[in-house]
Amino acid sequence: MKKSVFLGTLSLTALAAGFASAATLDDVKARGTLNCGVSTGVNGFSAPDSNGVWQGFDVAICRAVAAAVLGDPMKVNFITTTGQTRFSALASGEIDILARNTTWTFSRDADLKFTFAGVNYYDGQGFMVNKALGVSSAKELDGATVCIQTGTTTELNLADYFKANNMKYEPVPIETNAEAQQQYLAGACDVYTTDASGLAATRATFADAENHIVLPEIISKEPLGPLVRQGDEQWSDIARWTLNALIAAEEYGVTSANIEELAKSTENPEIKRLLGTEGELGKMLGLDNDWAVRAIKAGGNYGEIFASNIGEATPIGLARGLNAQWTQGGLLYAPPFR
Amino acid sequence: MSDTHAQTVPFVRDTMLPQQAPPTSQIGAVRWLRENLFSSVLNVALTVLAVGTIVWIVMHIGPWLMNSVWNANSLAECRQILAGESGACFAVIRDRWHQLMFGFYPSDLYWRPILAMVLMLVAIAPILFDKLPRKLIWFSALYPFVAFWLLWGGSLWLPLAVIGGFAVGYGAFLGLSRVTGSVLALIGAVLAAIVWWVWLAAPVSSALQSAVSLSIRPVPSRDFGGFMLSIIIGVTGIALSLPLGIMLALGRKSDMLLIKAISVGFIEFIRGVPLITLLFTASLLLNYFLPPGTSFDIILRVIIMVTLFAAAYMAEVIRGGLAALPRGQYEAADALGLDYWKAMRLIILPQALKISIPGIVNTFIGLFKDTTLVVFIGLLDPIGLSNAIRADTNWNGIYWELFIFIGVCFFIFCFGMSRYSMYLERRLKTDHR
Repeated sequence: MKKSVFLGTLSLTALAAGFASAATLDDVKARGTLNCGVSTGVNGFSAPDSNGVWQGFDVAICRAVAAAVLGDPMKVNFITTTGQTRFSALASGEIDILARNTTWTFSRDADLKFTFAGVNYYDGQGFMVNKALGVSSAKELDGATVCIQTGTTTELNLADYFKANNMKYEPVPIETNAEAQQQYLAGACDVYTTDASGLAATRATFADAENHIVLPEIISKEPLGPLVRQGDEQWSDIARWTLNALIAAEEYGVTSANIEELAKSTENPEIKRLLGTEGELGKMLGLDNDWAVRAIKAGGNYGEIFASNIGEATPIGLARGLNAQWTQGGLLYAPPFR
Repeated sequence: MSDTHAQTVPFVRDTMLPQQAPPTSQIGAVRWLRENLFSSVLNVALTVLAVGTIVWIVMHIGPWLMNSVWNANSLAECRQILAGESGACFAVIRDRWHQLMFGFYPSDLYWRPILAMVLMLVAIAPILFDKLPRKLIWFSALYPFVAFWLLWGGSLWLPLAVIGGFAVGYGAFLGLSRVTGSVLALIGAVLAAIVWWVWLAAPVSSALQSAVSLSIRPVPSRDFGGFMLSIIIGVTGIALSLPLGIMLALGRKSDMLLIKAISVGFIEFIRGVPLITLLFTASLLLNYFLPPGTSFDIILRVIIMVTLFAAAYMAEVIRGGLAALPRGQYEAADALGLDYWKAMRLIILPQALKISIPGIVNTFIGLFKDTTLVVFIGLLDPIGLSNAIRADTNWNGIYWELFIFIGVCFFIFCFGMSRYSMYLERRLKTDHR
């Protein structure tokens, strides 16, 4: 078996090597599928359903890009990556785009040679406690035992925050979110800290969710977004503007339901340019003019994607908060389509 | 005379007393209990303690297991059905068992891995049990190609072309051995086969494929997952690491300096490195060395690394068996005039391997369980899938049920291997006691 697989891969290698020098867009078109790196499972952001179809907020970005480039949101190969393997998978070309709730930081952008396409979720580190503890603010956590995932930025943020507020804490190191849930419920720690979206998702799974609260303090900035390799400007533009198209669509009130109608009837020149009925924006990306229409139809605009995967109607129940449009007091602000 | 006796000794019984049952303390359950559980103060204390522990565990886990919910579509639904009582939610296994078994393999093609599994049992049967007809071994030799074709799909010509490599090598050997010595012929045959595999097999198979199309739907490696992935990696690793381990063990005991140095270096290097490091090398480092855009199959990379890792341990286990043989056996083989390979094949290895059986099976079981480490490089083995399943909104928060299921499955496989090794030891026992 070893040899035969080897041969198969060798022949694949020979094929693949032919395209290696071409641009990512041409690679993806030639392959017919988009290779998208996702996490092995984060509630609401990426997880396979019982039919093996990937669902989630990060997954929706991949589907939108696939729809824009290939015309079919289902033509995505989801490649599972862990925290350790994600960057090398992207750097080596195993995946075309990484949508794996990855925080945009200086060193990842400048040193690891990636280009972030934008921010699809503004997260921040929060705290969850049992109501019985009688705490209503993170400032009252002096002396608490804290469950914390090791080797993450949350660990450093926690140390900084407690030091800045002149408080003491006792860390309980844990490896995964699932382990944290068990430890926290078993009473091994008073406080569980991780990204606020993760806390909300975790709390939603408790049998007695009403007995636990997420404290109001957010102690760090975690802008999560999709990223691509540096050096292929065309491809990073496609990823960036697909995300912007989803955000702009929400701002202009374009939804997956009314998009067909709007494409025909709208008089708003900005929407016309976005939907490709006016101007040649798609050509500038190396795509056709319908690219944004397909991307929006794949899973809806940003607001629809948010609502169906992690919004208040879902068990995770995240409020828009920072992730509202700039017109609604949030941070989402798509540059003009012009 | 007999009359006098009858009068003088009036109290002698002339019939046997009927046999009496032994005292109740000396039979059955009571005796067993007395001997095994209550034979001394210490044993009484230990027994009470053990029974107490068992009762405590059953009292705590029993209701949880007895209350299991098997029909629900989410954890919330489970909790609704349980209505506040403690109970397991095994509905997650029912909902996701096909993922735990096959990963993301297309559901209409499940018959292929199932058929491959059944054929695997047929293929290993003649290796495990020597009462079966020997001709079956030919099927075992062909099985890897059949399984590859069934699992990955694609053109049948590719595995056939690879088998063709063996024919090419054999042909070259026959041709060359008429002209030169057998060693040179062997080297030539190996070279010919490698040339065929590397440069000719792929074009020939695609040419044949375009002439006569014999293909089934291909399934990419990333769709593999669950126990199917564990078994593929485990079984391939086991099947390849034993011969490789034997070669390494012989190499380490060899008189030829180069072979010995290579074997020792390989074994010590691999044993000195954790498996997880090798897996990271396979998944991360290789990507940087290979030309960009190369898609060197990830499962293949993992199988190679797992095999190399197990082979190093196997080599040391077998070296232990070789060392345990009395020197007289080696000398006897030499005295019979057997050459090195014949001596090894007929005299040394059968005995050394028999001695090493527990160690070999130990390595096999360890290898099979180590396949769960692939979760760290993003492959969805059962443990990886348990993360993915928990990430689904429906099942987030479930924990023990998944791990109990995975644990039970692994136990069945590993216990089976262990029982087989005990059977094999009994069957091969030739010493006189």
